[in-house]
Amino acid sequence: MQFMLLFSRQGKLRLQKWYVPLSDKERKKISRDLVQTILARKPKMCSFLEWRDLKIVYKRYASLYFCCAVEDQDNELITLEIIHRYVELLDKYFGSVCELDIIFNFEKAYFILDEFLLGGEAQETSKKNVLKAIEQADLLQELWEPPQGWLSELSLPAST
Amino acid sequence: MPAVSKGDGMRGLAVFISDIRNCKSKEAEIKRINKELANIRSKFKGDKALDGYSKKKYVCKLLFIFLLGHDIDFGHMEAVNLLSSNKYTEKQIGYLFISVLVNSNSELIRLINNAIKNDLSSRNPTFMCLALHCIANVGSREMAEAFAGEIPRILVAGDTMDSVKQSAALCLLRLYKASPDLVLMGEWTSRVVHLLNDQHMGVVTAAISLITCLSSKNPDEFKTCVSLAVSRLSRIVSSASTDLQDYTYYFVPAPWLSCKLLRLLQCYPPPEDGAVKGRLVECLETILNKAQEPPKSKKVQHSNAKNAILFEAISLIIHYDSEPNLLVRACNQLGQFLQHRETNLRYLALESMCTLASSEFSHEAVKTHIETVINALKTERDVSVRQRAADLLYAMCDRSNAKQIVAEMLSYLETADYSIREEMVLKVAILAEKYAVDYSWYVDTILNLIRIAGDYVSEEVWYRVIQIVINRDDVQGYAAKTVFEALQAPACHENMVKVGGYILGEFGNLIAGDPRSSPLVQFNLLHSKFHLCSVPTRALLLSAYIKFINLFPETKATIQEVLRSDSQIRNSDVELQQRAVEYLKLSSIASTDVLATVLEEMPPFPERESSILAKLKKKKGPGAVTVELEDGKERGELNGGGDRGGDAAIAASNASTPSPSADLLGLRSTAPVSGTTPSAGSLLVDVFSEAGPSATSAGVNDDGFLSSAPPTVASEDPAPPLPESDELLNKFVCKNNGVLFENQLLQIGIKSEYRQNLGRMYLFYGNKTSVQFVSFNTTVSCPGELQSQLNVQTKTVEPLVEGGAQVQQVINIECLTDFIDAPLLNIKFRYGGALQNISLKLPVTINKFFQPTEMAAADFFQRWKQLSQPQQEAQKIFKASHGMDTEVLKAKLLGLGTALLENVDPNPENYVCAGVIQTKAQQVGCLLRLEPNAQAQMYRLTLRSSKDTVSQRVCDLLAEQF
Repeated sequence: MQFMLLFSRQGKLRLQKWYVPLSDKERKKISRDLVQTILARKPKMCSFLEWRDLKIVYKRYASLYFCCAVEDQDNELITLEIIHRYVELLDKYFGSVCELDIIFNFEKAYFILDEFLLGGEAQETSKKNVLKAIEQADLLQELWEPPQGWLSELSLPAST
Repeated sequence: MPAVSKGDGMRGLAVFISDIRNCKSKEAEIKRINKELANIRSKFKGDKALDGYSKKKYVCKLLFIFLLGHDIDFGHMEAVNLLSSNKYTEKQIGYLFISVLVNSNSELIRLINNAIKNDLSSRNPTFMCLALHCIANVGSREMAEAFAGEIPRILVAGDTMDSVKQSAALCLLRLYKASPDLVLMGEWTSRVVHLLNDQHMGVVTAAISLITCLSSKNPDEFKTCVSLAVSRLSRIVSSASTDLQDYTYYFVPAPWLSCKLLRLLQCYPPPEDGAVKGRLVECLETILNKAQEPPKSKKVQHSNAKNAILFEAISLIIHYDSEPNLLVRACNQLGQFLQHRETNLRYLALESMCTLASSEFSHEAVKTHIETVINALKTERDVSVRQRAADLLYAMCDRSNAKQIVAEMLSYLETADYSIREEMVLKVAILAEKYAVDYSWYVDTILNLIRIAGDYVSEEVWYRVIQIVINRDDVQGYAAKTVFEALQAPACHENMVKVGGYILGEFGNLIAGDPRSSPLVQFNLLHSKFHLCSVPTRALLLSAYIKFINLFPETKATIQEVLRSDSQIRNSDVELQQRAVEYLKLSSIASTDVLATVLEEMPPFPERESSILAKLKKKKGPGAVTVELEDGKERGELNGGGDRGGDAAIAASNASTPSPSADLLGLRSTAPVSGTTPSAGSLLVDVFSEAGPSATSAGVNDDGFLSSAPPTVASEDPAPPLPESDELLNKFVCKNNGVLFENQLLQIGIKSEYRQNLGRMYLFYGNKTSVQFVSFNTTVSCPGELQSQLNVQTKTVEPLVEGGAQVQQVINIECLTDFIDAPLLNIKFRYGGALQNISLKLPVTINKFFQPTEMAAADFFQRWKQLSQPQQEAQKIFKASHGMDTEVLKAKLLGLGTALLENVDPNPENYVCAGVIQTKAQQVGCLLRLEPNAQAQMYRLTLRSSKDTVSQRVCDLLAEQF
């Protein structure tokens, strides 16, 4: 996968993840063009399209569009289900996820994505395992001022 | 505020986001952001040290602002500080910021890499994963340099946690993609392959992406993965939907892993081991069988996951292209999808069937769906699906259904979306030509194409129809009649006028017997379009008019009247004005015979690859090429000697035919063919040479009808070339400088240099005597065919060469197309009253226009195989006439102009070379192999190139060198 974009019906970008090196300018141009192209499509149209030399796979969930750009040999249907699994993960984590959750907790949306996809490839497809990783992190977060002894048990490096 | 805020919500961040959302205008948003930026900046700069929480909050705000699309130029250092925090949440935000806002500041990179290094060696899996995610997200070369050695160790170490392995595998993949040279294969390689056996499905899922990428680049090193992949796949395919627990997705066991396994297998040919292959075929059959089973769930996720595997399995079946039974089953399955209610499936089925159409086993099966596909082209509501249908029709087209498919595509064109018209036009043009059994159908099709979608008909397309009509006399009358009728339409496309002008100018006489299309009617019809056309078309029409004067003397007065009108002869466009003036003059002073010669019918165009195909390939990208290459192969046979050529060929042919009609197409032929007078249509200059100043090129261009032109200098004919001139020529095949000729009076030295299809040669004429040469004159000429192949320009030298002096002459050479003969150099002078007349061959040989091409062994052999038609190869076996010293041989081969390729031929005694001959019309790739046999003192030399004449010529030239 080359990149993933989440954007609203109004064309506002909510999440952008780039797996290939592109300049900031190129990224902006790609997002702008692609968002326009997809918003112009009618609801019943197919979820795939050829765009430049990439295959675009997209799906709309409520007010949000999820859009992935994959390479020629990549499988469109399984990419569609990558999107769905990501939506499931967000949904499970936030509990009936809505666009606002992603706006206000954008950093979480990125963390969850990193657990699920890395370098544009599926890292862990089990919903349980991804959520376990995120919850562990949250657990660490809640103890953000842990006692010293707890730290040494986990053999963390000394604070610098 | 959102309903959920897990962990420690950063209240300040939430407030800021709310503020931004409440902004009523873009200006208000910018104002709020600037206020926040100022606030953050002051906090970062303030005297009071910030605590970790505040730092995290501000860095997160900056990140938010950046993601909104605003520039951020500070905060990197604070983010880097967060990396070394021992609080997970601060570290995490620091890494996120770094991943999104990559900075190329080297000091920062050093600090970041340091922090990553600490986390990687922390043995805390959570921290290690964070660090690996960061490397994978950034993927820069600096990171590859720092960590490409360490990550493989983490990946294969026995005590690494599963989650860390997963991250390490994909992290390494990202680095390998970005900087393959920095990721060195090694002892870890074989252990990575065995991750396919790992108990943890997540580890296998992550590792297989890495293995697939590595395998596609180094198939041999990783080939043990095939049997492992097959057994893993087999276990998944045969498992019950509950066996894999959380890796089962909507009742489909491990769909992602299955797809990736099938994808990995596509890096390899079918397994050679019978047992492995049997097991794999079983898997593929099971997958196909499952497609027929009733769905276990009505959810679209279930069918998508199941069909994702099915499509990947079909891709593998197509990749193997060796199991007719599976191919036909795949085709039938896709046939069912063609009428599925899910648009996505219809789209994918059309796409996948396109590749099936090119397999000999399934081509016929694909064809049975033609009606469905045509229907899709007409009724699908989504243009991307219609596009797929058009692609499939193109792919399934063969002689049996060409007329139907071309007709359907033409009728679709009338309403087709603008976005796909140009491509459709190219496809129709290609199919019409490729499957033309009778050429009247071809002509009809192309003219229809111009009528329906004239704006999208590129030059290549209309050039082509003209080439074919010129080369096939059985269709010329029909073409003239049809184009005449098409021009009757009150509004016709300019491309139609171009084709009409050209064809009537050449073949209007074939329909002139019918009073309805008498010469004058034809002329008036063409001329009625004149004023609506652009300059290039008008120029073409003017050329058609002069051709009319030759074809139909009765139109002469009318046409001269037109040419003489102010709107022509005083046209503000210089090209039009010049044509009008020259054509008018030509028609009034040239005799009928001269006119007939000058304006004779165009000769057939030389064989060339279709430029339409080239254009389609360019448009479509590599995906379409496989089908296209086959087209290329077949085309040669189908149209026999017919001619194909793009404008380049036309331009070249212009040069060969001394006829102003040469201008008809090649509006670019304004470049002079030879001689030094830069003028449109050099021939016209020649014809009028008595009127204008004498052209220095007069002696160069010995066109038959030029005899009326007075010779400029010596009246003696040039002497025939010296008997030894071939031998002298051979001396220069592998070198560019040296003495070409020497006798008691004269020495001729040469220095030359070549770049692409251009060359410059300096000739040095040395007077060896103490007496001056008078009437010293040299000419360079291109006899026969050569004048259309080489464009040679010289300046005259001073007619006096003092005793002991040397004069220099520069010769500019342009290679238009490949050639065999050498230009002739004639030198005449008087020495003590006696005329010296010497002719030599100028050492300009086709190999001078070589560009060396470096390539790897695999490329070389692939190209070698591609050039396997008998006429593409030339071979000679000959006795060594010099020593067989390696260094001398190498120097000669390099001197030839090709690249000498090391480590290509398995036999180190042999030499292989590659190069591309650059001509104006085309590039001709050449491969060479020289096999010395020291014992027998013999060589075998083999040349392969895309052009038979080139292979032969280079072979002949080189064989004389050893």
